[in-house]
Amino acid sequence: MSLLEGIIEAFSLILTLDPYLIKIALLSLQVSAVAVLLATLAGVPLGTFLGLKPRERTRFISKLLYTLMGLPPVVAGLVIYLLLSRVGPLGFLGVLYTPTAMVAAQFALAVPIIAALTMIGIRSSGKEVQETARTLGAGRFLTAWTVVRESRFAIFGAIVTGLGRVIAEVGAVMIVGGNIEGHTRVMTTAIVLETAKGHLELAVGLGIVLLFISFIINSLLYNFQGGGKGSVW
Amino acid sequence: MSGNKIILEVKKLSKVYDKEVLNIEHLSFHKGKIYGIIGPSGAGKSTFLRLVNLLESPTKGYIYFKGEKIFLNDHTAALARRDMTMVFQKPLLFHTSVAENIAYGLKARRFPKEKIKARVEALLEKVGLKEFAGRHAATLSGGEAQRVALARAVAFEPALLLLDEPTANLDPTNVQLIEQLILELNKDTEMTIIIVTHNIFQARRVAREVVFLHEGHIVEAGETKKIFTSPEDPRTKAFVEGRMVY
Amino acid sequence: MGQLFTNIRKIKRNGPVFLLLVAAFCFFLTGFLVSGCAQDADPAPVPEQNGEESPANGDAEETLPDEFITLATTTSTYDSGLLDVLLPAFTEKYGPEVRVISQGTGQAIETGKRGDADVLLIHDRPAELVLVEEGHVTDRQDVMYNDFIIVGSPKDPAGIKEIDSLDEAFATIASGEHTFVSRGDDSGTHRKELVFWENAGVEPEGDWYLSVGKGMGDTLRMTDEKEGYTMTDRGTYLSLKDTLDLEIVLEGDPALFNQYGIMAVNPENFPHVKYESVLKLIDFMVSPEGQEIISSFQIGGEGLFFPGKGVED
Repeated sequence: MSLLEGIIEAFSLILTLDPYLIKIALLSLQVSAVAVLLATLAGVPLGTFLGLKPRERTRFISKLLYTLMGLPPVVAGLVIYLLLSRVGPLGFLGVLYTPTAMVAAQFALAVPIIAALTMIGIRSSGKEVQETARTLGAGRFLTAWTVVRESRFAIFGAIVTGLGRVIAEVGAVMIVGGNIEGHTRVMTTAIVLETAKGHLELAVGLGIVLLFISFIINSLLYNFQGGGKGSVW
Repeated sequence: MSGNKIILEVKKLSKVYDKEVLNIEHLSFHKGKIYGIIGPSGAGKSTFLRLVNLLESPTKGYIYFKGEKIFLNDHTAALARRDMTMVFQKPLLFHTSVAENIAYGLKARRFPKEKIKARVEALLEKVGLKEFAGRHAATLSGGEAQRVALARAVAFEPALLLLDEPTANLDPTNVQLIEQLILELNKDTEMTIIIVTHNIFQARRVAREVVFLHEGHIVEAGETKKIFTSPEDPRTKAFVEGRMVY
Repeated sequence: MGQLFTNIRKIKRNGPVFLLLVAAFCFFLTGFLVSGCAQDADPAPVPEQNGEESPANGDAEETLPDEFITLATTTSTYDSGLLDVLLPAFTEKYGPEVRVISQGTGQAIETGKRGDADVLLIHDRPAELVLVEEGHVTDRQDVMYNDFIIVGSPKDPAGIKEIDSLDEAFATIASGEHTFVSRGDDSGTHRKELVFWENAGVEPEGDWYLSVGKGMGDTLRMTDEKEGYTMTDRGTYLSLKDTLDLEIVLEGDPALFNQYGIMAVNPENFPHVKYESVLKLIDFMVSPEGQEIISSFQIGGEGLFFPGKGVED
């Protein structure tokens, strides 16, 4: 099969809303969205906290976060696998090879990115915002909220970057999800499988959907980096 | 009668970074007056304000606000901040509308909605920005922004207002506007105001009493007229006559 | 009392850390919700039941808990498509949904040992017997077999088509340093291949021997690209034949028979194993009905698997 044939076939699968393809794409979005949502709840407070600390005092944890940002997904997957496996410390939960496990792995991948990029964003003006808010009598939570709100474009950028990373990764979800059809099969693992099985048109179709989603994500990111001005397109 | 009541007092206050930048044995401020803190760059003026406003902890010494010792890291900080505020040299306005900015301190204090609205409107009028309520803060000029910052600071009528070089970057028209606002505020509300400035003319125009800081120490303090006309210390004399190089 | 207040203040000061904990909690909560959603989409809702016997009224077939079991198998088995026919027939008849994870044989064995699956369907008989002996699995049955074949580019530069003996063929490939692509992934196929090299008295080393660490499909694809030789199970080769420019160069040597076994993960080690349903699946696979499905499963007009026990023992 040539690439062109693959693309034509792929588009017909997309346009006819092939149920197999749609289901996989939706599960991908669902898992990644939940993972990023939770990573946001953890990463934004952490990044904000670190961003307001003096640079010298966060040197070690900054380095750690930057390292984890580049963590190979398979390593994250392996760690989560060992944790969730029946003989592992969290084995009693019985969530290995479920979407929950995939969410856990993607969460682990997204938190360092969201925390680190939030930290960088907060550092640029967070200290002044914090002082201004405090000076105006804001309590701890209002101050924190104000700092976050004032850095919202950087933070949205961080979140979208996290989403872009997790939705496109394959190593971690393959290990902890098991690529079970109809249950834990997402776009990236399906592409690996369908390529191995020689169903290239399906693989290409999924690839196109994934590219399209990435395009939307990056358009959003571009938009946020421009300070929220201009349209998505 | 309120003129004799001490609102702010510091004792043995010092701050050391790499070296000592501030060391004040004792200083007190009375309710309802405007004080000027003057001195060359590096005299410790801004550090003093940051310590008083609990943005940093002193290395040693105590700050008494309305008779109570206040500290950065405990519940006294929240109490102190409810009734004092500060305007910075470069104002930071939040990325919202002008009206939202002015309302910030009121919302933090859970003022009722109607009251917030009324007060924001009154303040906008006072600082001459009546038409600007819905404007995004980022679109303001430097002078307009500083006026909004001032309105935002005094909206909740603090007992003590700290001003850190509030007009340093402004054009003469805005300087005059802000100075006028400061005087009016003090007259209308008996707000105690401490203004840090390196501009001796501003101190003379606005302050009733002046503290001259030099290399972290108080060289001389007293009535503005006295400091400017008959200073006791040669360094004060040099500074008020504009002969001190800084 | 004062102590208490200090602690509360500490918690407040550590707000972000606190939020982190909250987030971790939410994470598991939401995670379960997601799995819940995904299951809603499945035909059978899945209440958890641990082999508790329901009251027997009527056929045993109707009293199986309405649950899913996890089957770990090898990529080659999965890619053949047999399970897509076999498992729906089982589910329709008995109820339990079977979720399939396809892995290399080594990984599938590990998955079983760790209790991460309920049942294994693999093809490494010696290793399986060890698993039984060590008590990791129980109720092992020989369910079917197929055979391995050696495939290569139609040009056949080593002239393997003229050879009938596997040992000789491997020795010829090695001595001529003809490209050979190995799975290199510790799968059953890979393990078998290593045994064959040993039997042929050859160390598979050198530029001609490519250990790619991939599944069978990818390995075949790379063999095609490299115009080399590889060892494959017949099923995967047949299912991919049309997309490859590879021919069978050697088949039929008795050593090439490949026995598949099915076995339950030992419920004594892992109480969560859904033993009832697993036993039912094993029974079904070796029942006349299951064996019939296996033997009639074809790709491109050719049978892939032979029911029951193969020649080796």
